[in-house]
Amino acid sequence: MSEAGNSLLEIVAMVSLGMLSLALFFALIRLAKGPSLPDRVMALDLMGSIVVGMIGVYCIAVENAEFLDAGIVLGLIAFLSTVAFAKFIEKGLSR
Amino acid sequence: MTGILAALLLFTGSFFTLLAAFGIVRLPDLFTRLHAATKASTLGVGCLMAGVAIHFGSLETTTRAVATTVFLLLTAPVGAHLLARAAYWMGVEFWEKTQVDELRRHWEVYSKQAGEDT
Repeated sequence: MSEAGNSLLEIVAMVSLGMLSLALFFALIRLAKGPSLPDRVMALDLMGSIVVGMIGVYCIAVENAEFLDAGIVLGLIAFLSTVAFAKFIEKGLSR
Repeated sequence: MTGILAALLLFTGSFFTLLAAFGIVRLPDLFTRLHAATKASTLGVGCLMAGVAIHFGSLETTTRAVATTVFLLLTAPVGAHLLARAAYWMGVEFWEKTQVDELRRHWEVYSKQAGEDT
């Protein structure tokens, strides 16, 4: 029972990594062709979220939970960059 | 049993994240895209982190997964709101089928106040 569950989990982890890679590619399309600057910032923010999820799936795939700290830090950096870009769009470089 | 539950959560989470990315490509203007990206990615990463917590099942991993989820649930709406406000201020075009813009009549008052403040 446990053996079957584990092999299923390995397959599902690989499928999830593939789906998340496809999602990353879609976000990259929007990042490349987005008509305005907020579109590109939003695509970068979504890419940050996707990579946080990827780190979680990778932890399961390699049976090592140490990488979750990197996910937390990456989420923090993605949020800070979004806030900084929003301030830059709204007020410019002067303030 | 926990393996099957974790696999189900993993698949659900990556499916919703893929849906967010698909919406970001397909939807017509910036505000609808922002809506799709924020909601679906929050739900997706939440499901993935729940799967990680269930799979490992130890206290420190669960704490980290819950911390990541709570942090994302707090910051994603704030970032989306800031970005939407900046885009509205910048004058990003709406979709041509948008019917209502309730912010327009408050916007001049707000921008005058903001100009006086700074």
